[in-house]
Amino acid sequence: MSAIAQAETARQPVLEMRHISKTFGAIRALHDVSLSVHAGELHALMGENGAGKSTLMKVLSGAYRPDAGGEILIDGMPAATGDPIKARASGVAVIYQELSLAPNLTVAQNIFLGNEPRRFGIVDRDQCTRRASEIIKRLGVSFSARDMVSSLSLGERQLVEIARALSTNARIIVMDEPTTSLTSGETDRLFEVIATLKSQGIAIIYISHRMEEVYQLADRVSVLRDSGYVGTLERADLSASRLVSMMVGRDLSAFYKKDHRPPDEKRAVALSVRAMSDGRLLKNCSFDLHKGEVLALAGLVGSGRTELARLIFGADRHISGTLELDGKPVTIGSPREALDAGIAYLTEDRKELGLFLDMSISDNISMGVLARDSRAGGLRDFAAAERRASKAVADLSIRTSSVQANAGSLSGGNQQKVLLARLLETEPKVVILDEPTRGVDVGAKSEIYRLIDNLAKQGIAILMISSELPEVIGVADRVLVMRDGTISGEVTASQGEPLSQEEIMELATGAAQQ
Amino acid sequence: MTDKATEISAVGQATGTSRRLRTAFAALGMLPVLILLAAGFQFLNPRFLTETNLLIVTQQSSINIVLAAGMTFVILTGGIDLSVGAILAASAMVAVIVSLVPDWGLLGVPAAILVGLGFGLINGLLIAYIKLPPFIVTLGSLTAVRGVARLLGQDTTVFNSDLPFDFIGNGSLFGIPWLVIIALSVVVLSWLVLKRTVLGTWIYAVGGNAEAARLTGIKVPLVLLFVYGVSGLLAGLGGAMSAARLYAANGLQLGQSYELDAIAAVILGGTSFVGGVGSIWGTLIGGLIIAVLSNGLILAGVSDIWQYIIKGLVIIVAVALDRYRLQAGART
Repeated sequence: MSAIAQAETARQPVLEMRHISKTFGAIRALHDVSLSVHAGELHALMGENGAGKSTLMKVLSGAYRPDAGGEILIDGMPAATGDPIKARASGVAVIYQELSLAPNLTVAQNIFLGNEPRRFGIVDRDQCTRRASEIIKRLGVSFSARDMVSSLSLGERQLVEIARALSTNARIIVMDEPTTSLTSGETDRLFEVIATLKSQGIAIIYISHRMEEVYQLADRVSVLRDSGYVGTLERADLSASRLVSMMVGRDLSAFYKKDHRPPDEKRAVALSVRAMSDGRLLKNCSFDLHKGEVLALAGLVGSGRTELARLIFGADRHISGTLELDGKPVTIGSPREALDAGIAYLTEDRKELGLFLDMSISDNISMGVLARDSRAGGLRDFAAAERRASKAVADLSIRTSSVQANAGSLSGGNQQKVLLARLLETEPKVVILDEPTRGVDVGAKSEIYRLIDNLAKQGIAILMISSELPEVIGVADRVLVMRDGTISGEVTASQGEPLSQEEIMELATGAAQQ
Repeated sequence: MTDKATEISAVGQATGTSRRLRTAFAALGMLPVLILLAAGFQFLNPRFLTETNLLIVTQQSSINIVLAAGMTFVILTGGIDLSVGAILAASAMVAVIVSLVPDWGLLGVPAAILVGLGFGLINGLLIAYIKLPPFIVTLGSLTAVRGVARLLGQDTTVFNSDLPFDFIGNGSLFGIPWLVIIALSVVVLSWLVLKRTVLGTWIYAVGGNAEAARLTGIKVPLVLLFVYGVSGLLAGLGGAMSAARLYAANGLQLGQSYELDAIAAVILGGTSFVGGVGSIWGTLIGGLIIAVLSNGLILAGVSDIWQYIIKGLVIIVAVALDRYRLQAGART
């Protein structure tokens, strides 16, 4: 912690939320949560999905009014609650996961959207641009106030959101999972900006599921669980096991489960990929995947991992390369052919590419095998679908009131389990999992790891794409690393030693070559 | 403080009630609107709810309901078929022309249906395999097929006063007009396909999330080909029904703007324009609302011009209700 921050800590907190409760009808979304944040501090807020983090932040931003008894103090003075405009005026700004920028306007126009500096009742464009430039300079970024937002990358757009917050003189900035869709370069950029903001005395409340980020950034971490406050850890006391056990309320000694026997040289090859190229990003990718093996595909965002997975699954066209399944050459031109051959794929984007949100859990689970279940004349066998769904709900402990409920009504972790159930119904020999635990809470994560371990025990070959290194190391037997559309190397565990995180990062960034 | 608490709980209750109201809307659909309209017209003119008049209403709505059934398939996949009116005209021309062939006149009906199916499949091929936007493809075929319909009769009206299948248009079975029987059969068959077959589930899946459907192994192009084929086929059937009713067909005038009534019926019936959500029973009710509206306004003595204005406004209000319903869906 910097000297300035320490001095700030001694003073009164810039924000205090005291005894905040919030109920919706019979549902208790928050129960007696208190939180204090100091100027120049990055205060991480952690907890499983549904623990109450977002509700707490909505109370802070004025979107919700807390139940009677709760109060918010800013600089020690009671602040108005339940009023977004007053909250903003008192220096609170929230940057949500879904960015709210107008792409066809300039950076400056976006920064002052709805709050334009005026002269004689007309928007003063010069002043707008000048003031926007000043704020941008404060952030030390590379784009200009005159650039169109549509020409910026996702990471740069996030910085525009931060600039917008600064334009209203925000002193408390809430960031909700800000790095979810950023590349690692953009993430580094964001972290630099965060450091700048902190040095300017701005308090940051940082919501994240990613342990590494919290380690890197947080001065303090508060944990919520089941709508209640669990505790706050100082930076010096941080440890992964402590955070995880605070979040899930139990000790997770076996968070990552690896009971299956890692395959040796003699184990048969299930899938063999040779010289795959797509004519755009992927060049000459080759590897073998063994039966009963969990092979991780690591690499930075944009290195071509998802593209390679989609090529193998037939979702996109390859221009060259061959596939062998169980030693026999196969040609796969569509997802249908891949599924028929025994290759299944779990998408990284479950809402856009995976689920049918308006359809029942039962239909979602059976969707890949409807034709197999059908009776004469193409009539559906609803009893079979119901059986499959009930079994999957029990096996994967999907939490729902009924298998007829819409998939859209489930939480992220349970939606992911529905997709996994659908994939397993096709009885695959090779399973490709693309970010299987993205946006999933800690409890569901450990259940998914257990499932992966079980599949490997049954001899199913698993290719797992993951951006979380602890997950890669905890779950996989072997790691392939991709960089710039090629497989840049392989990391294997040596006798008794775990997979090396450093080695993976070196291969992913190209540092190994220098 | 206590004041504040009661205020909050009152707000909570109000949102609870409006949510319940919305959910009820979603479940019941537009049936209450149909009943209210019927009651209102009965109040304005007691002749409305008589057996004779109700038979007229159902008969008038039958062709639109057949077209709207096909349109339901298409809109459920998130598409649109603007060409059904033109296809109906071309098929009706074929029906009358074939009916004039001595001894083989009855073949006019299957011929009309096949012609409709053919045009529908052409739409489907362009949309499913060449991947052109449905709006543009069917806007093109709306014009082109209209031209074909005019060409078929050298731009004149074709007649057959001795139509061998005129019972379809003017006969009845146990007192129920054949037109009504056909329309109801089409609705029941559509329900069977949509709700009871694998293909039906695929249609909902493609409309709900086409890319997810493809990654699940569903042959999306085949599903699209099917729905546009069905829409064309039912437009062909509508052509045969229309020819049987009129003993004649005119390539220029017949079926003008029928596609709009069909789309209106589907939307009134609560099928979402983006696809994936909706039911054929809703379409039936939507079709009946349009027919009741036309018939009731005539009985109430409303002028032709005002009928247009009122019908248009009803469609806009219905789409507003659709939005309201979708919000209810998103909340639950």
